Amino acid sequence: MTRQYRLFTLEEAVNFALLALLIFVILPAMLDPFRLNLFGKYLTYAFVAVGLVLCWGAGGILSLGQGVFFGLGGYCMAMFLKLEASTPEATAIQSTPGIPDFMDWNRVTELPWWWEPFQSLPFTLVAIVAVPSAFAFVIGLAMFTRRVGGVYFAIITQAIAAILTILIIGQQGYTGGVNGMTDLRTLAGWDIRPDSAKLVLYFVNGALLFLCLLAGQWVRKGKVGRLLVAMRDQEDRVRFSGYNVANFKIFVFCLGAAFAAIGGAMFTLQVGFMSPTLIGIVPSIMMVIMCAVGGRHSLLGAVYGALIVNGAQTFFSEQMPELWLFAMGALFISVVMFFPTGLAGLYEDHIRPRLPGLRPRRPGRAEPIATAAAE
Amino acid sequence: MTPDTPSYATDFLLAVERLTVSFDGFKAVNDLSFYVDQDEIRVIIGPNGAGKTTVLDLICGRTRATSGSVRFKNQELLSMREDQIVHAGVGRKFQTPSIYDGLSVFENLELSYPGGYTVIGALAYKRSAEVMTRIEEVAELVFLSDLLDVRASSLSHGQKQWLEIGMLLIQDPQLLMLDEPVAGMSVAERKKTAELLNSIIKDRSVLVIEHDMNFVKDIAHKVTVLHQGKVLAEGSMEKVQSDPRVIEVYLGH
Repeated sequence: MTRQYRLFTLEEAVNFALLALLIFVILPAMLDPFRLNLFGKYLTYAFVAVGLVLCWGAGGILSLGQGVFFGLGGYCMAMFLKLEASTPEATAIQSTPGIPDFMDWNRVTELPWWWEPFQSLPFTLVAIVAVPSAFAFVIGLAMFTRRVGGVYFAIITQAIAAILTILIIGQQGYTGGVNGMTDLRTLAGWDIRPDSAKLVLYFVNGALLFLCLLAGQWVRKGKVGRLLVAMRDQEDRVRFSGYNVANFKIFVFCLGAAFAAIGGAMFTLQVGFMSPTLIGIVPSIMMVIMCAVGGRHSLLGAVYGALIVNGAQTFFSEQMPELWLFAMGALFISVVMFFPTGLAGLYEDHIRPRLPGLRPRRPGRAEPIATAAAE
Repeated sequence: MTPDTPSYATDFLLAVERLTVSFDGFKAVNDLSFYVDQDEIRVIIGPNGAGKTTVLDLICGRTRATSGSVRFKNQELLSMREDQIVHAGVGRKFQTPSIYDGLSVFENLELSYPGGYTVIGALAYKRSAEVMTRIEEVAELVFLSDLLDVRASSLSHGQKQWLEIGMLLIQDPQLLMLDEPVAGMSVAERKKTAELLNSIIKDRSVLVIEHDMNFVKDIAHKVTVLHQGKVLAEGSMEKVQSDPRVIEVYLGH
């Protein structure tokens, strides 16, 4: 028997290919530009859900504040776009032309120093990943080296999401406040608003998502992935096997943050604005729900989870505007009660055994969602 | 706390001196001193609540001491993290089998193979032929050769104990600490485990907690009897067994 390291089993490769087919061929062929853009928006949440599969599903670290990283990535992108849209000509009617409009409304007369670097596209692209990762690193360092975990960690991340929202709303003159950053127009001279641009962005988004999926697959299949599973089972034992557990938790938390941030930046580009309502506690919990619906042990499941939860949200809010929140609640409760391992678990238990040529997987794979949340 | 490391060097592999830990005023280990030589097999016995497991917890960094010193090869362990203590050469087996249920036997052993301890190291880790050979060797030793691809959660209790012993072996520690390695085993498993332990305790120092007196007689070079967090008696098995105080608090039962 060979135990050589392989990135994909045949089955996983097929499943990756099927998802690629859906995202790159089927959806663009079937949907009108408006709906396709909507799906592009849904897919930006898939980045977050994939990151959560690594943190929560693989590592047992439940973060209820992934919106923070989604938002930081999104705001970095929005700052660049906003500066580009705020040329002195376009803002000639302001009392201080050449600065973003919301600054002018709030009597800020000079571009703050920390806005300056966002005039550079290369800096912005680095910052989109680096700023949220660095922030995740600081949170991780503070929490994991002190061995804060489980429910406490979840609560703290939720508090951070609340704090960031309050901070952004409170610092209206520097952040655009509760309205967020709107009226974004061009990316390095390329207009992001027409349908043709949205189509390009949709494909860029899909390609980036697959890069993240591949990175996630690589981490999970390697030694770090096995260590994360081991840590979830027996954190103490991992220490006595000679590993500094905190470092691995920080790593996977930062990775999840980086994925979320890329999603946030793509959200800004495709939707054309970024606001604090998209990054607070409620959106952060929605992101966890997407991951849970898809199956928190499955990278691909998370993508389907993001599509389904967001799709359902749009569908319910269009069909029954008064009741849609209840419908979403029912969706989540039914997942927790009846499909604790999400869609991926359903596939694992009901579809996979019926597929020809696939050996049944070893027992004991499924575990209830509630225990993992309590870990 | 800052450990009270004595200024003089010691020739002992492990020097535990004036070690004290207090939980809300209760001194589970109280001013305890003992020394373990290179290649010595030391058994710790004592009644329940004597502080035996706590001593091992203190040495491997799981519990933080209140005062005292634990030196291993003249390195102070009390100021080190658990993983640093492992790297220094101390291995620990827990009382209840402590293995990774979600991974296969092979993967359990693989994670215990030394190296790739940092995040970068683990990301760059490759499953080399050397690692595979070593894992197969160890699996053979701990009677798990045929079960390498089985999930650890589906092993029997005895097999889990063996797996954990295997995980320690692959780690190759200079000081091996075992907490009741034959507890909860069937008679047949117990016999096999005794043989296994006899073969792996060569060429290293071992600190064992055990209640099975026949097993203790078999392996112990020296026995330390703990009572209420203190050393009650220390010496050869014969000497300890004939000590009236030991008979009263422990062996008499």
